[in-house]
Amino acid sequence: MSISSSSRRWFLVLMAGAVGFLGTGVGVHAAEPVKLGLVAGLSGPSAQSGEAITRGLMVAIDEINAAGGVLGGRMIELVRRDDESSPPKGIIAARELIYKEKVAAFFGGISSPVSLAIVPLANKAKVPFMAEWAAATPITRNGANPNYVFRVSAVDAIVDVKLLQYAHKTFGAKKVGLMLINNPWGESNERGLKEADKTNTDLEIVGVETYESSDVDMVPQLLRLREAGADTIVLVTNAPPGAQVMKSRERMGWKVNVVSHWGISGGRFPELAGPTAGDAHFVQTYSFFGEQSDTGKRVLAALVKKYDSINGPEDIFSPVGTANAYDAMHLIAKAINQAGSTDGDAIRMALENLGKHEGLLKTYNPPFTADNHDALNENDYIMVRFNGNTILPAE
Amino acid sequence: MLIISALITGFGLGSMYALLALGFYITYSVSSTVNFAQGSTMMLGAVLSYTFSVTWGWPVGIAIVMALLVCAIWSVIVERIGVRPFVKRGSDLWLMATVAMGIILENVVLFTFGKDPRGMPPNVLTSEGFYIGDIRVQFLQVVIPVVGLAIAFSLHLFSHRTRYGKALLAVVQNPDAARLMGVNVTVAISAAFAVSGLFAAVAGILIAPLFVVSSSMGTLLGIKAFAVAILGGITNARGVVVAGIGYGIVESLITTLLGSAYTQVLTFGLIILVLAISPHGLFGRAGVNKV
Repeated sequence: MSISSSSRRWFLVLMAGAVGFLGTGVGVHAAEPVKLGLVAGLSGPSAQSGEAITRGLMVAIDEINAAGGVLGGRMIELVRRDDESSPPKGIIAARELIYKEKVAAFFGGISSPVSLAIVPLANKAKVPFMAEWAAATPITRNGANPNYVFRVSAVDAIVDVKLLQYAHKTFGAKKVGLMLINNPWGESNERGLKEADKTNTDLEIVGVETYESSDVDMVPQLLRLREAGADTIVLVTNAPPGAQVMKSRERMGWKVNVVSHWGISGGRFPELAGPTAGDAHFVQTYSFFGEQSDTGKRVLAALVKKYDSINGPEDIFSPVGTANAYDAMHLIAKAINQAGSTDGDAIRMALENLGKHEGLLKTYNPPFTADNHDALNENDYIMVRFNGNTILPAE
Repeated sequence: MLIISALITGFGLGSMYALLALGFYITYSVSSTVNFAQGSTMMLGAVLSYTFSVTWGWPVGIAIVMALLVCAIWSVIVERIGVRPFVKRGSDLWLMATVAMGIILENVVLFTFGKDPRGMPPNVLTSEGFYIGDIRVQFLQVVIPVVGLAIAFSLHLFSHRTRYGKALLAVVQNPDAARLMGVNVTVAISAAFAVSGLFAAVAGILIAPLFVVSSSMGTLLGIKAFAVAILGGITNARGVVVAGIGYGIVESLITTLLGSAYTQVLTFGLIILVLAISPHGLFGRAGVNKV
């Protein structure tokens, strides 16, 4: 008797548990979030860039989720993985996001070598990969068809044209020397700058020098460019080696003009380079300084509210990472809604056929087409320079 | 002009290599062992001088003295934990142990100092300078070789002209005999490691304003310094200094005259060539074991 009553009690408990489990199971399914990934440098020399990207993505996600999420009420959830700026670690992270976390799409970081390594994986797995910082030309122009890689960021090939034009327009440059970091990103720009030089009749490239990030003194490289008659230097590197170039330039007392790609904005460039940091004019896609659009005001207010360390535009380090990521996230969310599913191929086709989008950087009309996976072109770049720790327009 | 400028750059960098390499020289001369983590100790000197003077706002003089002190103590600890137990057992594994302690130090710095490279604020040595022709020379570029040569010279005087110096050098010849003659061998070896740590710290403090301060800044410099020590014939202080400055100048000349693409290949190639021809380095002598 006692046995049967106890077993009946157990049966009831189990039934109740099962009903409860099914109930919550169904409930979870209805509101299951849409996972989106981020593979970026979250530690190491480029840690600031990963944080800047995260901030842009999070402000956009907050807006999207507050307005009811995507696909009729599903919230967006960001899953972040650190690539430590190393391609093998980036591939491991991307694989985890695609196959284990099953993200609908994912974003990249500042490092072009990492993004270039991830591109074949994204195309094979048919999961959209959105670059919003890395600028190497072949990231989007990778020859794959269909191509699952998109970008809301600068493209080296176009930046290189812009840098040479700016050097001539602003500094009257006639002879340009290249100072490039010795890695795939530097090589991508050597090709791009030489290509841009062919169509630019105002100036010529008189020397190409490379250096390692461990080099202490770049005076010898700069001397060679000075001997070659360079009146302007084009700098392509990240903040710490870029600072070494500026310090070497200061040390040898050469007041040569410096035009730089934007890698130097991804770290503590003013602190590392010292008093001459402001001499480098570099490219950006957005500045939170100056007159802001309504979107600009809204994003700035959201950043100030969400992050204690931000009180104004001067506190937004690496602004391009934040601004590009903000627009990239909205474009992905719009594409998921238009696709009506989280299927990678459907999202890709939606991205290629999105209509007009009012973004932070500009009005995208349209952002992407089947042939062009780059949302920004040379008209969307601005030239800036450091003034203390703030970034001011230089044009 | 190009060559003069390359010489100035090379002289500065070379003095830095020499200073680090003298750290290898002194411990090797006393105990036939070295702290392979000299590069990490140099990094510690730079990181501490940054932390003390910039982050904590200590007066520069106190910051420098404290950084020197900590590096000397750290090197004594390396000897005590990473070298002595192995030497006692007649093992050569101190070689790996010192490398391991360097890696541990770099990782501890990574976690405490942070992964973000930092920059020393400009000071009078980096912001002021003078011109030779149309080439500007920073005061720091003069200070580095002067300090390097002064240390090398005083080291030479100390080891050859004073009782203590001679006692130190006697240890390596025959520790037992030295002990019988009243030399405290344990203290002598600890002192040698402390001094090698001091040299590394001086190099770190001097290089910090020229470079970015980070946990990985010492790795390549440490390797180059060891190459320099071997090249100079590790038991010859003057040889080590000449090799260091020579290495810096050759490196700078190659970059200036041939281009940066060739620098590492040619300089390290040159070292292998020199050692193939003269296995004991440029100024070293074959070791003689007296029985």
